[in-house]
Amino acid sequence: MADLSTNFIGIKSPNPFWLASAPPTDKEYNVVRAFKAGWGGVVWKTLGEDPAVVNVNGPRYGAIHGKDRQLIGLNNIELITDRPLEVNLREIKQVKRDWPDRALVVSLMVPCEEQNWINILKRVEETEADGVELNFGCPHGMSERGMGSAVGQVPEYIEMVTRWVKQHSRMPCIVKLTPNITDVRKPAQAAKAGGADAVSLINTINSIMGVDLDIMSPSPSVDGKGAHGGYCGPAVKPIALNMVAEIARDPATHGLPISGIGGVTTWRDAAEFMALGAGSVQVCTAAMTYGFKVVEDMIDGLSDWMDQKGYTSVDQVVGSAVPNVSDWQYLNLNYIAKAKIDQDLCIQCGRCHIACEDTSHQAITNMVDGARKFEVIDEECVGCNLCVSVCPVENCITMEAMEPGSVDPRTKKVVEKEYANWTTHPNNPMAVTEAAE
Amino acid sequence: MTQTKATPDIAAGRLSEDAYAENFSDLHPLLEPHEAMVEADRCYFCYDAPCMQACPTSIDIPQFIRQISTDNPTGSAKTIFEQNILGGMCARVCPTETLCEQVCVREVAEGKPVKIGQLQRYATDHYMRENDTTPFERAASTGKRIAVVGAGPAGLSCAHRLAVHGHDVVLFDAKEKAGGLNEFGIASYKSVDNFAAREVEFVLSIGGIELKTGMRLGDNLDLAELRSSYDAVFLSIGLGGVNALGLDGEDKDGSLDAVDYIADLRQANDLSKLPVGRRVVVIGGGMTAVDIAVQTSLLGAEDVTIAYRRGQDRMNASEYEQHLAQTSGVKIMTWAQPKTLVGANGSITAIELERTAEEDGRLVGTGSVVTLPADMVFKAVGQTLVQSDLGDGVALEKGRIVVDENRKTNLADVWAGGDCVLGGEDLTVTAVEDGKIAAESINAALSA
Repeated sequence: MADLSTNFIGIKSPNPFWLASAPPTDKEYNVVRAFKAGWGGVVWKTLGEDPAVVNVNGPRYGAIHGKDRQLIGLNNIELITDRPLEVNLREIKQVKRDWPDRALVVSLMVPCEEQNWINILKRVEETEADGVELNFGCPHGMSERGMGSAVGQVPEYIEMVTRWVKQHSRMPCIVKLTPNITDVRKPAQAAKAGGADAVSLINTINSIMGVDLDIMSPSPSVDGKGAHGGYCGPAVKPIALNMVAEIARDPATHGLPISGIGGVTTWRDAAEFMALGAGSVQVCTAAMTYGFKVVEDMIDGLSDWMDQKGYTSVDQVVGSAVPNVSDWQYLNLNYIAKAKIDQDLCIQCGRCHIACEDTSHQAITNMVDGARKFEVIDEECVGCNLCVSVCPVENCITMEAMEPGSVDPRTKKVVEKEYANWTTHPNNPMAVTEAAE
Repeated sequence: MTQTKATPDIAAGRLSEDAYAENFSDLHPLLEPHEAMVEADRCYFCYDAPCMQACPTSIDIPQFIRQISTDNPTGSAKTIFEQNILGGMCARVCPTETLCEQVCVREVAEGKPVKIGQLQRYATDHYMRENDTTPFERAASTGKRIAVVGAGPAGLSCAHRLAVHGHDVVLFDAKEKAGGLNEFGIASYKSVDNFAAREVEFVLSIGGIELKTGMRLGDNLDLAELRSSYDAVFLSIGLGGVNALGLDGEDKDGSLDAVDYIADLRQANDLSKLPVGRRVVVIGGGMTAVDIAVQTSLLGAEDVTIAYRRGQDRMNASEYEQHLAQTSGVKIMTWAQPKTLVGANGSITAIELERTAEEDGRLVGTGSVVTLPADMVFKAVGQTLVQSDLGDGVALEKGRIVVDENRKTNLADVWAGGDCVLGGEDLTVTAVEDGKIAAESINAALSA
């Protein structure tokens, strides 16, 4: 049985599954329920200064659904905790005392003045919480007041505040990053420069969930008006994975611990984040959709998968895929793959054909010898994988690598065994060529 | 030999009021919007979709299903009506399990086709609930007049398409109500809430169609006169005659034609007043046999048996219909042909059936006889064209009107379609297609 216990920047938890700073971690009541359900840790919903913020009294959430109302994406316009600071601190202290084996990190957001940070850090330290997470990510509401993503979008501010936190507190410090920037490496570098022990990402993405076409209001609509909210849930996972990987492989931040966030719904999602460098994962939407029980299978599934693969501890998984995250220019151009359709599995829907015919390379038949049949034309197939993507049957179409030495029917060229990429390709005007004698 | 009662047990009101309502309620209730969305999402939007190929009216099925899934049920219905103005009825009565749904790639892959028929009904019902008229506009008047004889599916389809093209149509029907078998023949649990009549109104809403009922070819209508008074004639007169068994005792009480009884049932305001036998035997193996068997069972008959002279795989009734019969308490007895109708005091009391077998592809009686007690015996062994109604001149073959691919007869100004033509499949949907094709051909001929 694999050991799921985690030591993330000195913060220990029985498993790497933490609840993210969000409504599920706003109160002792919720957090205790989460710990009873098996969650390894929580990041308490962001604390601010008194007087507490107020929330809208209309809808705070909007959703994208599949046809059977499967929740694909969620957004929210909820602010940080709207409960008095004192109440939160008292509950945090009590919960940490009652659940010493679980990670309890406190998320913070106060104005960018050193004294404000000093004040709140002192009070949090008294709770004996395991660490702090600096909320530089919230894209709505608080950003209008110069906090949240307004800080996260300015690397200099991130570095400055992080430095204050490290200077005035003994607690481990995680900096939570916003994805609403062009290059996530810059804020991560700033966090590291400021002395952050780790970064967590992603926070939510600026979003309008839709438009109510009857009243011409963005949704969710508060009395006929809408403001952009933060997008999260399964739909954002690919964006989060990329940002996590960017930080993990950036030489400037390589090795900086990462807590991965963004659409983690299953153990597999978590394993993927971990493979790309996340030492823990944080979950919110899955819990808000299905309740805390989802952690049971996250734990069980991850453990089972690790056993199958021979991993005995979480550390062995973390970062395993990072060396394989590359830049386009280094991808092997001598790797030639062709789509192959398994005729026994093919249900003859023809989607591969029409996708290829209308939008790609005219490389799939719809008729063979007068009968409805979908076959790849190797002479035309560029191996793009679109047909695999649109095929409704799993594993019906596969990409098969061509053996070195064989001839690609499309280019009539021999498939080379040697790796060769764009940097040396003759079509590249910037190609690195051997110096002339 | 089995002893049979001397007096037949035929009675009305065998069931409670609730049971009648329950038994004759909608076989497949209308999908709820969420159900429709989920079901529509199952459609793969196939390229050159097999379902569309299998539809006799070539409805663009992937397109109309996609339109349901994009919350555009009105557009969806238009896609359907474009090819099949009786899409509402076809959604209810088409044997989808042998047409579109049989070739659905999900049927092939997992044995669970997309519920195309029910989705079609979702769209068409939506449209007909929200709109009073068909989604088409008539072209400018051509001044041409066409006689359409028979207001069943073929006639309605033809009349509508002709009206769309700007022609004026007089639509004749022998009965007091239009609709043909949709009104008088379809099993009642497939068309509840007076749908057939509502659909006729919907079709006629296009305008330019004058309905004249109580006008029967061969009685108060004459083909030669129609040809001289109209620019073209479309015959969609169905099959007015009923095949007989050719047995002794067929004139006895309790020996009935299935189509007549079904018509009575469909027109009955109060099913509890409709007498039905306690023991019913149906002779035949087609849809009509199943319809009468199931409906008499639903009316409270205790023993209902379909006797068919060949094996179950040879029955014209689809597998789905056979299952429907069997789950409705009907027994299907195969390899049995009627021999004698046994009776007393002018009424039927039993039927003797002879066991059959196939020898060198030929059906033969084995001599072994089974006697089933019966208060009612229904004949459902096919209908015939009453040839004398047509007068002289229309070419016939195998008792049906011969038409070309444009549904044109041998006469220059006469087209025909529906059950009365040779090569028809006795389906509502093929009749609709006949009417549509004929209308296009007539339009082309008159526009030339």
